[in-house]
Amino acid sequence: MDALSRLKHQPTAQYLIAFSLISLIAVIAHFSVDLTGYKVVALILLLAVSLLAMVFDIWPVLTAAVFSALLWNFFFIPPVFKFTIATPEDALLFLMYFVIALLNAVLTSKIRKAERKAREKEERELTIKLYNTVLSSLSHELKTPIATIIGAVDALKETPNKLSEQHRSELLTEMEIAGTRLNRQVENLLNMSRLESGFIQPKLDWCDLNELIFQVIRMPELNNGEHDIRFDPSEAMPLFKLDRGLLEQILFNIIHNSVQYTPPGSVITIRAKQQAGNCHLTIADNGPGFPAEALPNVFKKFYRLPKSAAGGTGLGLSIVKGFIEAQHGTVSLENRVDGGARFTITIPAEVSSLNNVPHE
Amino acid sequence: MNKPEILIIDDEPQIRKLLQISLESNDYKVLQAATGKEGLIMAANHPPELILLDIGLPDISGHEVLQQLRDWYHKSIIILSVQNGEQDIVRALDNGAIDYLTKPFRTLELLARIRSAIRRNELNTNQNDPIQCGDLEIDLISRTVRKNGQLLKLTPTEYKLLALFARHEDMVLTHQFILKEIWGVGYQSETQYLRVFVAQLRKKLEDDPNSPQHIVTESGVGYRFS
Repeated sequence: MDALSRLKHQPTAQYLIAFSLISLIAVIAHFSVDLTGYKVVALILLLAVSLLAMVFDIWPVLTAAVFSALLWNFFFIPPVFKFTIATPEDALLFLMYFVIALLNAVLTSKIRKAERKAREKEERELTIKLYNTVLSSLSHELKTPIATIIGAVDALKETPNKLSEQHRSELLTEMEIAGTRLNRQVENLLNMSRLESGFIQPKLDWCDLNELIFQVIRMPELNNGEHDIRFDPSEAMPLFKLDRGLLEQILFNIIHNSVQYTPPGSVITIRAKQQAGNCHLTIADNGPGFPAEALPNVFKKFYRLPKSAAGGTGLGLSIVKGFIEAQHGTVSLENRVDGGARFTITIPAEVSSLNNVPHE
Repeated sequence: MNKPEILIIDDEPQIRKLLQISLESNDYKVLQAATGKEGLIMAANHPPELILLDIGLPDISGHEVLQQLRDWYHKSIIILSVQNGEQDIVRALDNGAIDYLTKPFRTLELLARIRSAIRRNELNTNQNDPIQCGDLEIDLISRTVRKNGQLLKLTPTEYKLLALFARHEDMVLTHQFILKEIWGVGYQSETQYLRVFVAQLRKKLEDDPNSPQHIVTESGVGYRFS
Protein backbone atom coordinates (compact mmCIF):
# COMPACT_ATOMS: atom_id res chain seq x y z
CA MET A 1 0.00 0.00 0.00
CA ASP A 2 2.93 2.29 0.72
CA ALA A 3 4.15 2.13 -2.85
CA LEU A 4 0.63 2.92 -4.03
CA SER A 5 0.24 5.93 -1.82
CA ARG A 6 3.60 7.23 -2.97
CA LEU A 7 2.42 6.93 -6.58
CA LYS A 8 -0.43 9.30 -5.79
CA HIS A 9 1.96 12.19 -5.79
CA GLN A 10 3.61 11.27 -9.10
CA PRO A 11 1.26 11.91 -12.03
CA THR A 12 3.94 11.08 -14.62
CA ALA A 13 4.45 7.64 -13.13
CA GLN A 14 0.70 7.12 -13.12
CA TYR A 15 0.43 7.90 -16.85
CA LEU A 16 3.40 5.67 -17.58
CA ILE A 17 2.01 2.71 -15.65
CA ALA A 18 -1.46 3.15 -17.12
CA PHE A 19 -0.13 3.19 -20.71
CA SER A 20 2.21 0.25 -20.08
CA LEU A 21 -0.54 -1.88 -18.53
CA ILE A 22 -3.02 -1.22 -21.35
CA SER A 23 -0.33 -1.84 -23.99
CA LEU A 24 0.85 -5.03 -22.27
CA ILE A 25 -2.70 -6.40 -22.17
CA ALA A 26 -3.16 -5.45 -25.81
CA VAL A 27 0.01 -7.30 -26.82
CA ILE A 28 -0.90 -10.45 -24.88
CA ALA A 29 -4.45 -10.29 -26.22
CA HIS A 30 -3.12 -9.87 -29.72
CA PHE A 31 -1.50 -13.31 -29.56
CA SER A 32 -4.46 -15.03 -27.95
CA VAL A 33 -7.24 -13.30 -29.85
CA ASP A 34 -7.79 -16.38 -31.99
CA LEU A 35 -8.66 -18.35 -28.86
CA THR A 36 -10.75 -15.74 -27.07
CA GLY A 37 -12.31 -13.68 -29.77
CA TYR A 38 -11.98 -9.88 -29.94
CA LYS A 39 -15.05 -9.12 -27.76
CA VAL A 40 -13.48 -10.70 -24.67
CA VAL A 41 -10.46 -8.44 -25.16
CA ALA A 42 -12.76 -5.46 -24.56
CA LEU A 43 -13.83 -6.89 -21.22
CA ILE A 44 -10.23 -7.53 -20.18
CA LEU A 45 -9.28 -3.97 -21.10
CA LEU A 46 -12.29 -2.68 -19.21
CA LEU A 47 -11.18 -4.64 -16.15
CA ALA A 48 -7.71 -3.08 -16.42
CA VAL A 49 -9.21 0.43 -16.60
CA SER A 50 -11.39 -0.33 -13.56
CA LEU A 51 -8.37 -1.51 -11.59
CA LEU A 52 -6.46 1.62 -12.55
CA ALA A 53 -9.42 3.74 -11.45
CA MET A 54 -9.24 2.23 -7.98
CA VAL A 55 -5.75 3.56 -7.32
CA PHE A 56 -4.95 6.37 -9.74
CA ASP A 57 -6.16 9.94 -10.21
CA ILE A 58 -8.96 10.75 -12.59
CA TRP A 59 -6.90 12.14 -15.50
CA PRO A 60 -4.50 9.22 -16.01
CA VAL A 61 -7.48 6.86 -15.79
CA LEU A 62 -9.53 8.84 -18.34
CA THR A 63 -6.55 8.86 -20.68
CA ALA A 64 -6.13 5.11 -20.20
CA ALA A 65 -9.84 4.64 -20.96
CA VAL A 66 -9.58 6.58 -24.24
CA PHE A 67 -6.28 4.93 -25.12
CA SER A 68 -7.67 1.42 -24.53
CA ALA A 69 -10.76 2.17 -26.60
CA LEU A 70 -8.59 3.30 -29.52
CA LEU A 71 -6.26 0.28 -29.16
CA TRP A 72 -9.19 -2.10 -29.14
CA ASN A 73 -10.66 -0.45 -32.19
CA PHE A 74 -7.37 -0.39 -34.09
CA PHE A 75 -5.97 -3.83 -33.28
CA PHE A 76 -9.02 -5.96 -32.60
CA ILE A 77 -12.27 -4.76 -34.19
CA PRO A 78 -12.37 -6.03 -37.75
CA PRO A 79 -11.03 -4.73 -40.04
CA VAL A 80 -7.88 -4.82 -37.86
CA PHE A 81 -5.12 -2.20 -38.20
CA LYS A 82 -7.73 0.36 -39.23
CA PHE A 83 -9.81 2.76 -37.20
CA THR A 84 -12.82 2.02 -39.37
CA ILE A 85 -15.52 -0.31 -38.09
CA ALA A 86 -17.25 -2.67 -40.45
CA THR A 87 -20.55 -3.72 -38.84
CA PRO A 88 -23.13 -1.68 -36.96
CA GLU A 89 -22.91 -4.23 -34.14
CA ASP A 90 -19.19 -3.51 -33.71
CA ALA A 91 -19.82 0.21 -33.91
CA LEU A 92 -22.35 -0.11 -31.10
CA LEU A 93 -19.93 -2.26 -29.07
CA PHE A 94 -17.17 0.28 -29.55
CA LEU A 95 -19.40 3.16 -28.54
CA MET A 96 -20.57 1.35 -25.44
CA TYR A 97 -17.04 0.35 -24.54
CA PHE A 98 -16.02 3.96 -24.77
CA VAL A 99 -18.86 5.21 -22.61
CA ILE A 100 -18.54 2.46 -19.98
CA ALA A 101 -14.78 2.95 -19.69
CA LEU A 102 -15.24 6.70 -19.14
CA LEU A 103 -18.14 6.24 -16.71
CA ASN A 104 -16.08 3.72 -14.82
CA ALA A 105 -13.22 6.15 -14.43
CA VAL A 106 -15.43 9.06 -13.38
CA LEU A 107 -17.64 7.13 -10.94
CA THR A 108 -14.77 5.37 -9.23
CA SER A 109 -12.99 8.64 -8.79
CA LYS A 110 -16.15 10.19 -7.32
CA ILE A 111 -16.57 7.35 -4.86
CA ARG A 112 -12.97 7.70 -3.78
CA LYS A 113 -13.36 11.41 -3.32
CA ALA A 114 -16.45 10.88 -1.15
CA GLU A 115 -14.64 8.25 0.87
CA ARG A 116 -11.71 10.55 1.43
CA LYS A 117 -14.02 13.33 2.56
CA ALA A 118 -15.78 11.04 5.02
CA ARG A 119 -12.44 9.90 6.37
CA GLU A 120 -11.18 13.45 6.75
CA LYS A 121 -14.37 14.47 8.52
CA GLU A 122 -14.04 11.56 10.91
CA GLU A 123 -10.44 12.46 11.65
CA ARG A 124 -11.35 16.08 12.22
CA GLU A 125 -14.09 15.11 14.65
CA LEU A 126 -11.69 12.86 16.54
CA THR A 127 -9.16 15.68 16.76
CA ILE A 128 -11.78 18.08 18.07
CA LYS A 129 -12.95 15.54 20.61
CA LEU A 130 -9.39 14.90 21.77
CA TYR A 131 -8.73 18.63 21.92
CA ASN A 132 -11.79 19.18 24.12
CA THR A 133 -10.87 16.39 26.51
CA VAL A 134 -7.33 17.66 26.74
CA LEU A 135 -8.47 21.21 27.31
CA SER A 136 -10.85 20.27 30.07
CA SER A 137 -8.42 17.98 31.86
CA LEU A 138 -5.64 20.55 31.55
CA SER A 139 -7.72 23.41 32.82
CA HIS A 140 -8.89 21.20 35.67
CA GLU A 141 -5.34 20.23 36.52
CA LEU A 142 -3.99 23.75 36.42
CA LYS A 143 -6.92 25.60 37.89
CA THR A 144 -7.55 23.38 40.89
CA PRO A 145 -4.22 24.18 42.55
CA ILE A 146 -4.53 27.82 41.50
CA ALA A 147 -7.99 27.97 43.05
CA THR A 148 -6.60 26.42 46.22
CA ILE A 149 -3.76 28.91 46.48
CA ILE A 150 -5.89 31.98 45.75
CA GLY A 151 -8.65 30.78 48.05
CA ALA A 152 -6.23 30.04 50.86
CA VAL A 153 -4.51 33.41 50.51
CA ASP A 154 -7.92 35.10 50.54
CA ALA A 155 -8.89 33.30 53.72
CA LEU A 156 -5.59 34.14 55.40
CA LYS A 157 -5.71 37.76 54.33
CA GLU A 158 -9.36 38.73 54.55
CA THR A 159 -10.57 36.87 57.59
CA PRO A 160 -7.47 36.34 59.72
CA ASN A 161 -9.31 36.80 63.02
CA LYS A 162 -11.84 34.12 62.26
CA LEU A 163 -9.26 31.42 61.56
CA SER A 164 -8.20 29.00 64.24
CA GLU A 165 -4.50 28.16 64.53
CA GLN A 166 -5.20 24.70 63.13
CA HIS A 167 -7.11 26.06 60.16
CA ARG A 168 -4.32 28.49 59.43
CA SER A 169 -1.69 25.76 59.34
CA GLU A 170 -3.97 23.54 57.25
CA LEU A 171 -4.35 26.34 54.72
CA LEU A 172 -0.58 26.70 54.48
CA THR A 173 -0.19 22.95 53.92
CA GLU A 174 -2.82 23.05 51.17
CA MET A 175 -0.98 25.91 49.50
CA GLU A 176 2.24 23.95 49.62
CA ILE A 177 0.61 20.86 48.10
CA ALA A 178 -1.06 23.00 45.45
CA GLY A 179 2.22 24.70 44.57
CA THR A 180 4.03 21.40 44.12
CA ARG A 181 1.18 20.01 42.08
CA LEU A 182 1.13 23.05 39.85
CA ASN A 183 4.86 22.84 39.40
CA ARG A 184 4.63 19.19 38.43
CA GLN A 185 1.96 19.87 35.81
CA VAL A 186 3.87 22.78 34.33
CA GLU A 187 6.97 20.58 34.28
CA ASN A 188 5.01 17.91 32.40
CA LEU A 189 3.70 20.43 29.89
CA LEU A 190 7.16 21.85 29.30
CA ASN A 191 8.59 18.37 28.86
CA MET A 192 5.81 17.49 26.45
CA SER A 193 6.51 20.54 24.34
CA ARG A 194 10.22 19.71 24.41
CA LEU A 195 9.36 16.25 23.10
CA GLU A 196 6.94 17.59 20.50
CA SER A 197 9.43 20.07 19.15
CA GLY A 198 12.05 17.32 18.93
CA PHE A 199 14.50 19.36 20.96
CA ILE A 200 15.54 16.55 23.25
CA GLN A 201 19.27 15.97 23.05
CA PRO A 202 20.25 13.52 25.76
CA LYS A 203 23.20 14.83 27.75
CA LEU A 204 25.08 11.65 28.50
CA ASP A 205 27.18 11.43 31.59
CA TRP A 206 28.28 8.74 34.03
CA CYS A 207 25.42 8.03 36.33
CA ASP A 208 25.29 6.18 39.65
CA LEU A 209 21.91 4.46 39.50
CA ASN A 210 21.87 3.56 43.21
CA GLU A 211 22.23 7.19 44.12
CA LEU A 212 19.75 8.41 41.50
CA ILE A 213 17.02 5.96 42.49
CA PHE A 214 17.35 6.80 46.16
CA GLN A 215 17.17 10.45 45.37
CA VAL A 216 13.94 10.00 43.42
CA ILE A 217 12.15 7.77 45.92
CA ARG A 218 13.01 10.14 48.78
CA MET A 219 11.24 13.05 47.10
CA PRO A 220 8.49 14.20 49.46
CA GLU A 221 5.80 13.84 46.81
CA LEU A 222 6.53 10.13 46.42
CA ASN A 223 7.64 9.35 49.92
CA ASN A 224 4.37 10.38 51.54
CA GLY A 225 4.29 7.61 54.13
CA GLU A 226 1.30 5.93 52.52
CA HIS A 227 3.23 3.68 50.19
CA ASP A 228 6.09 1.31 50.79
CA ILE A 229 8.69 2.08 48.11
CA ARG A 230 11.48 -0.50 48.11
CA PHE A 231 14.86 -0.51 46.44
CA ASP A 232 17.81 -2.73 47.24
CA PRO A 233 20.99 -1.04 46.07
CA SER A 234 23.50 -3.32 44.48
CA GLU A 235 27.19 -2.94 45.26
CA ALA A 236 28.02 -4.55 41.95
CA MET A 237 26.06 -2.02 39.90
CA PRO A 238 28.30 -0.45 37.27
CA LEU A 239 28.07 3.19 36.22
CA PHE A 240 25.91 3.87 33.15
CA LYS A 241 26.39 6.67 30.66
CA LEU A 242 22.89 8.16 30.59
CA ASP A 243 21.03 11.46 30.72
CA ARG A 244 20.50 11.85 34.42
CA GLY A 245 17.78 14.50 34.17
CA LEU A 246 15.68 12.46 31.77
CA LEU A 247 16.08 9.30 33.81
CA GLU A 248 15.07 11.11 36.98
CA GLN A 249 11.88 12.35 35.29
CA ILE A 250 11.18 8.89 33.89
CA LEU A 251 11.45 7.22 37.28
CA PHE A 252 9.53 9.98 39.01
CA ASN A 253 6.63 9.81 36.59
CA ILE A 254 6.30 6.03 36.78
CA ILE A 255 6.58 5.88 40.56
CA HIS A 256 4.25 8.86 40.93
CA ASN A 257 1.76 7.06 38.74
CA SER A 258 1.93 4.02 41.01
CA VAL A 259 1.62 6.14 44.15
CA GLN A 260 -1.38 7.92 42.65
CA TYR A 261 -3.32 4.91 41.47
CA THR A 262 -2.56 2.16 44.00
CA PRO A 263 -4.27 2.08 47.41
CA PRO A 264 -2.30 3.22 50.48
CA GLY A 265 -0.14 0.47 51.88
CA SER A 266 0.79 -0.87 48.45
CA VAL A 267 4.37 -1.96 47.89
CA ILE A 268 6.33 -0.48 44.99
CA THR A 269 9.53 -2.33 44.17
CA ILE A 270 12.30 -0.94 42.00
CA ARG A 271 15.03 -3.10 40.53
CA ALA A 272 18.00 -2.05 38.45
CA LYS A 273 20.69 -4.10 36.76
CA GLN A 274 23.03 -4.28 33.82
CA GLN A 275 21.91 -6.64 31.07
CA ALA A 276 23.76 -7.15 27.80
CA GLY A 277 24.99 -3.60 27.45
CA ASN A 278 21.68 -2.18 28.57
CA CYS A 279 20.53 -0.42 31.65
CA HIS A 280 17.56 -2.50 32.76
CA LEU A 281 15.02 -1.19 35.24
CA THR A 282 11.75 -2.57 36.55
CA ILE A 283 9.16 -0.79 38.66
CA ALA A 284 6.51 -3.13 40.03
CA ASP A 285 3.58 -2.59 42.37
CA ASN A 286 1.02 -4.87 43.99
CA GLY A 287 -1.95 -2.61 43.27
CA PRO A 288 -4.95 -3.38 41.08
CA GLY A 289 -2.98 -3.50 37.79
CA PHE A 290 -4.32 -2.16 34.49
CA PRO A 291 -7.46 -3.30 32.64
CA ALA A 292 -6.36 -5.45 29.69
CA GLU A 293 -7.91 -3.10 27.13
CA ALA A 294 -5.95 -0.15 28.58
CA LEU A 295 -2.51 -1.78 28.29
CA PRO A 296 -1.85 -0.80 24.65
CA ASN A 297 -2.90 2.81 25.32
CA VAL A 298 -1.25 3.86 28.57
CA PHE A 299 1.77 5.43 26.89
CA LYS A 300 -0.36 7.45 24.48
CA LYS A 301 -0.45 11.16 24.97
CA PHE A 302 -3.43 12.38 27.03
CA TYR A 303 -4.73 8.86 27.55
CA ARG A 304 -6.35 8.29 30.93
CA LEU A 305 -8.01 5.18 32.23
CA PRO A 306 -11.78 5.39 31.87
CA LYS A 307 -13.45 6.53 35.09
CA SER A 308 -10.19 7.52 36.73
CA ALA A 309 -10.41 9.99 39.57
CA ALA A 310 -9.67 13.68 39.28
CA GLY A 311 -6.02 14.63 38.99
CA GLY A 312 -3.82 13.83 36.05
CA THR A 313 -3.58 14.95 32.47
CA GLY A 314 -2.56 11.72 30.78
CA LEU A 315 0.86 13.20 30.07
CA GLY A 316 3.11 11.50 32.64
CA LEU A 317 3.54 8.10 31.02
CA SER A 318 3.68 9.48 27.48
CA ILE A 319 6.61 11.63 28.62
CA VAL A 320 8.20 8.50 30.09
CA LYS A 321 7.99 6.82 26.71
CA GLY A 322 9.26 9.90 24.86
CA PHE A 323 12.24 10.34 27.16
CA ILE A 324 13.16 6.67 26.96
CA GLU A 325 12.91 6.64 23.19
CA ALA A 326 15.01 9.80 23.01
CA GLN A 327 17.76 7.61 24.49
CA HIS A 328 16.96 4.76 22.05
CA GLY A 329 15.49 2.62 24.80
CA THR A 330 12.20 0.77 25.18
CA VAL A 331 9.55 0.63 27.86
CA SER A 332 6.83 -1.93 28.35
CA LEU A 333 4.01 -2.49 30.80
CA GLU A 334 2.44 -5.75 31.89
CA ASN A 335 0.15 -6.98 34.63
CA ARG A 336 1.95 -9.29 37.03
CA VAL A 337 0.62 -12.80 37.44
CA ASP A 338 0.19 -12.32 41.18
CA GLY A 339 -1.49 -8.90 40.83
CA GLY A 340 -0.25 -5.38 40.21
CA ALA A 341 1.58 -3.77 37.33
CA ARG A 342 5.18 -3.91 36.19
CA PHE A 343 7.02 -1.40 34.03
CA THR A 344 10.18 -2.63 32.33
CA ILE A 345 12.70 -0.16 30.94
CA THR A 346 15.68 -1.02 28.79
CA ILE A 347 18.08 1.71 27.70
CA PRO A 348 21.27 0.92 25.79
CA ALA A 349 24.14 2.56 27.64
CA GLU A 350 27.87 2.49 27.89
CA VAL A 351 28.91 0.77 31.09
CA SER A 352 31.85 1.49 33.33
CA SER A 353 32.94 -1.02 35.92
CA LEU A 354 35.34 1.39 37.54
CA ASN A 355 33.93 0.49 40.94
CA ASN A 356 34.97 -3.10 40.31
CA VAL A 357 38.57 -2.24 39.57
CA PRO A 358 40.83 -4.08 42.01
CA HIS A 359 42.80 -2.00 44.50
CA GLU A 360 45.72 -0.13 43.05
CA MET B 1 -28.54 29.83 66.73
CA ASN B 2 -28.15 26.81 64.49
CA LYS B 3 -25.36 27.10 61.99
CA PRO B 4 -26.60 26.86 58.38
CA GLU B 5 -25.45 23.62 56.77
CA ILE B 6 -23.71 23.58 53.41
CA LEU B 7 -23.07 20.43 51.42
CA ILE B 8 -19.99 20.45 49.17
CA ILE B 9 -20.03 17.96 46.29
CA ASP B 10 -16.57 18.09 44.72
CA ASP B 11 -14.10 15.35 43.88
CA GLU B 12 -11.01 17.45 44.58
CA PRO B 13 -9.87 16.95 48.19
CA GLN B 14 -7.95 20.23 48.04
CA ILE B 15 -10.98 22.27 47.04
CA ARG B 16 -13.12 20.57 49.68
CA LYS B 17 -10.54 21.28 52.35
CA LEU B 18 -10.24 24.91 51.33
CA LEU B 19 -14.01 25.40 51.25
CA GLN B 20 -14.39 23.63 54.56
CA ILE B 21 -11.92 25.94 56.27
CA SER B 22 -13.32 29.10 54.68
CA LEU B 23 -16.90 28.18 55.48
CA GLU B 24 -16.31 26.86 58.97
CA SER B 25 -14.45 30.02 59.92
CA ASN B 26 -17.54 31.92 58.81
CA ASP B 27 -19.93 29.96 60.97
CA TYR B 28 -21.30 27.47 58.51
CA LYS B 29 -21.49 23.77 59.14
CA VAL B 30 -19.86 21.86 56.29
CA LEU B 31 -20.80 18.46 54.89
CA GLN B 32 -18.64 16.90 52.17
CA ALA B 33 -19.20 14.42 49.36
CA ALA B 34 -16.52 13.32 46.89
CA THR B 35 -18.79 11.80 44.25
CA GLY B 36 -22.15 12.62 42.71
CA LYS B 37 -23.82 9.52 44.11
CA GLU B 38 -22.49 10.17 47.60
CA GLY B 39 -23.71 13.76 47.34
CA LEU B 40 -27.21 12.69 46.32
CA ILE B 41 -27.43 10.28 49.24
CA MET B 42 -26.14 12.86 51.74
CA ALA B 43 -28.52 15.52 50.45
CA ALA B 44 -31.45 13.12 50.70
CA ASN B 45 -30.60 11.93 54.19
CA HIS B 46 -30.13 15.38 55.56
CA PRO B 47 -31.20 18.24 53.27
CA PRO B 48 -28.74 21.11 53.76
CA GLU B 49 -29.45 24.83 53.55
CA LEU B 50 -27.29 25.14 50.42
CA ILE B 51 -25.39 22.88 48.05
CA LEU B 52 -22.10 23.75 46.33
CA LEU B 53 -21.92 21.43 43.33
CA ASP B 54 -18.91 20.78 41.11
CA ILE B 55 -19.76 20.08 37.45
CA GLY B 56 -16.83 17.77 36.71
CA LEU B 57 -17.47 14.76 38.92
CA PRO B 58 -15.92 11.35 38.23
CA ASP B 59 -18.94 9.07 38.58
CA ILE B 60 -21.98 10.96 37.30
CA SER B 61 -21.75 14.46 35.90
CA GLY B 62 -22.75 17.48 37.94
CA HIS B 63 -25.54 18.16 35.44
CA GLU B 64 -27.04 14.78 36.23
CA VAL B 65 -26.74 15.39 39.97
CA LEU B 66 -28.37 18.79 39.54
CA GLN B 67 -31.29 17.31 37.64
CA GLN B 68 -31.88 14.61 40.23
CA LEU B 69 -31.62 17.11 43.08
CA ARG B 70 -34.04 19.49 41.40
CA ASP B 71 -36.77 16.83 41.44
CA TRP B 72 -37.22 17.37 45.15
CA TYR B 73 -34.64 19.78 46.60
CA HIS B 74 -35.95 23.34 46.54
CA LYS B 75 -33.21 25.28 48.27
CA SER B 76 -30.29 26.99 46.59
CA ILE B 77 -27.68 25.15 44.55
CA ILE B 78 -24.52 27.00 43.50
CA ILE B 79 -22.42 25.51 40.72
CA LEU B 80 -18.65 25.32 40.96
CA SER B 81 -17.04 24.92 37.59
CA VAL B 82 -13.39 24.74 36.72
CA GLN B 83 -13.72 25.21 33.02
CA ASN B 84 -14.85 28.66 32.18
CA GLY B 85 -17.03 26.69 29.82
CA GLU B 86 -19.97 29.04 29.53
CA GLN B 87 -22.04 26.24 28.00
CA ASP B 88 -21.76 24.21 31.18
CA ILE B 89 -22.74 27.18 33.28
CA VAL B 90 -25.69 28.17 31.11
CA ARG B 91 -26.92 24.61 31.10
CA ALA B 92 -26.67 24.36 34.87
CA LEU B 93 -28.44 27.69 35.42
CA ASP B 94 -31.19 26.72 33.03
CA ASN B 95 -31.56 23.47 34.95
CA GLY B 96 -32.19 25.24 38.21
CA ALA B 97 -28.87 26.17 39.74
CA ILE B 98 -29.23 29.65 41.15
CA ASP B 99 -25.66 30.83 40.81
CA TYR B 100 -22.21 29.78 39.74
CA LEU B 101 -18.57 30.38 40.55
CA THR B 102 -15.65 29.47 38.36
CA LYS B 103 -12.48 28.21 39.97
CA PRO B 104 -10.34 29.97 40.90
CA PHE B 105 -12.83 32.04 42.89
CA ARG B 106 -12.24 34.66 45.56
CA THR B 107 -13.28 33.74 49.07
CA LEU B 108 -15.14 37.00 49.75
CA GLU B 109 -17.08 36.57 46.53
CA LEU B 110 -17.95 33.02 47.51
CA LEU B 111 -19.15 34.11 50.93
CA ALA B 112 -21.25 36.91 49.42
CA ARG B 113 -22.87 34.54 46.94
CA ILE B 114 -23.58 32.03 49.68
CA ARG B 115 -25.17 34.71 51.89
CA SER B 116 -27.40 35.91 49.08
CA ALA B 117 -28.32 32.35 48.10
CA ILE B 118 -29.32 31.49 51.63
CA ARG B 119 -31.25 34.74 51.86
CA ARG B 120 -33.18 33.65 48.79
CA ASN B 121 -34.23 30.46 50.57
CA GLU B 122 -36.02 32.58 53.15
CA LEU B 123 -37.13 35.35 50.82
CA ASN B 124 -39.65 33.46 48.71
CA THR B 125 -42.51 34.22 51.12
CA ASN B 126 -43.37 37.92 51.09
CA GLN B 127 -43.36 38.84 47.44
CA ASN B 128 -45.84 41.67 47.76
CA ASP B 129 -43.54 44.17 49.41
CA PRO B 130 -41.80 46.64 47.09
CA ILE B 131 -38.31 45.43 46.20
CA GLN B 132 -35.56 47.73 47.39
CA CYS B 133 -32.23 47.66 45.52
CA GLY B 134 -29.93 50.45 46.58
CA ASP B 135 -31.43 53.62 45.12
CA LEU B 136 -34.14 51.69 43.26
CA GLU B 137 -37.59 50.77 44.51
CA ILE B 138 -39.65 48.40 42.38
CA ASP B 139 -43.28 47.89 43.31
CA LEU B 140 -44.61 44.83 41.50
CA ILE B 141 -48.18 45.49 42.62
CA SER B 142 -48.58 49.05 41.37
CA ARG B 143 -46.04 48.41 38.60
CA THR B 144 -43.98 51.47 39.46
CA VAL B 145 -40.24 52.01 39.58
CA ARG B 146 -38.60 54.79 41.56
CA LYS B 147 -34.99 55.88 41.61
CA ASN B 148 -34.10 58.05 44.64
CA GLY B 149 -37.85 58.56 45.09
CA GLN B 150 -38.30 59.83 41.50
CA LEU B 151 -40.79 57.95 39.38
CA LEU B 152 -39.14 56.45 36.27
CA LYS B 153 -40.90 56.20 32.94
CA LEU B 154 -40.40 52.76 31.44
CA THR B 155 -41.83 51.20 28.30
CA PRO B 156 -43.90 48.03 28.89
CA THR B 157 -41.04 45.76 27.75
CA GLU B 158 -38.50 47.64 29.83
CA TYR B 159 -40.74 47.23 32.85
CA LYS B 160 -41.28 43.52 32.19
CA LEU B 161 -37.54 43.04 31.92
CA LEU B 162 -36.83 44.97 35.10
CA ALA B 163 -39.57 43.15 37.00
CA LEU B 164 -38.05 39.84 35.91
CA PHE B 165 -34.65 40.97 37.14
CA ALA B 166 -36.12 42.22 40.40
CA ARG B 167 -37.88 38.96 41.12
CA HIS B 168 -34.51 37.24 40.74
CA GLU B 169 -32.37 39.65 42.65
CA ASP B 170 -28.70 38.63 42.95
CA MET B 171 -29.25 35.67 40.65
CA VAL B 172 -27.65 35.11 37.28
CA LEU B 173 -30.30 34.93 34.59
CA THR B 174 -29.19 33.34 31.32
CA HIS B 175 -29.87 35.08 28.02
CA GLN B 176 -32.12 32.20 26.97
CA PHE B 177 -34.15 32.34 30.17
CA ILE B 178 -34.76 36.10 29.88
CA LEU B 179 -35.64 35.91 26.19
CA LYS B 180 -38.08 33.09 26.82
CA GLU B 181 -39.71 34.88 29.76
CA ILE B 182 -40.10 38.25 28.04
CA TRP B 183 -40.46 37.49 24.35
CA GLY B 184 -41.57 33.88 24.52
CA VAL B 185 -40.45 30.56 23.08
CA GLY B 186 -38.83 30.94 19.70
CA TYR B 187 -36.92 34.09 20.57
CA GLN B 188 -34.24 32.35 22.62
CA SER B 189 -31.46 33.12 20.21
CA GLU B 190 -32.46 36.74 19.51
CA THR B 191 -29.95 38.20 21.92
CA GLN B 192 -29.86 41.50 20.06
CA TYR B 193 -33.32 42.39 21.49
CA LEU B 194 -31.95 41.77 24.91
CA ARG B 195 -28.84 43.89 24.36
CA VAL B 196 -30.92 46.82 23.13
CA PHE B 197 -33.37 46.75 26.03
CA VAL B 198 -30.66 46.22 28.63
CA ALA B 199 -28.82 49.23 27.23
CA GLN B 200 -32.04 51.32 27.38
CA LEU B 201 -32.80 50.19 30.92
CA ARG B 202 -29.29 50.99 32.04
CA LYS B 203 -29.62 54.54 30.68
CA LYS B 204 -32.66 55.02 32.88
CA LEU B 205 -31.57 53.12 35.98
CA GLU B 206 -27.85 53.50 36.32
CA ASP B 207 -25.93 56.51 37.54
CA ASP B 208 -23.30 55.71 34.96
CA PRO B 209 -24.65 53.39 32.25
CA ASN B 210 -21.09 52.57 31.23
CA SER B 211 -20.22 51.06 34.57
CA PRO B 212 -23.56 49.56 35.59
CA GLN B 213 -24.17 48.72 39.23
CA HIS B 214 -27.67 47.25 38.96
CA ILE B 215 -27.67 45.20 35.77
CA VAL B 216 -24.30 43.52 35.66
CA THR B 217 -23.14 41.54 32.64
CA GLU B 218 -22.05 37.97 33.30
CA SER B 219 -19.84 37.44 30.32
CA GLY B 220 -21.11 34.78 27.94
CA VAL B 221 -23.81 33.68 30.38
CA GLY B 222 -26.38 36.39 31.08
CA TYR B 223 -27.10 39.19 33.54
CA ARG B 224 -27.20 39.57 37.28
CA PHE B 225 -29.42 42.18 38.92
CA SER B 226 -28.53 43.64 42.27
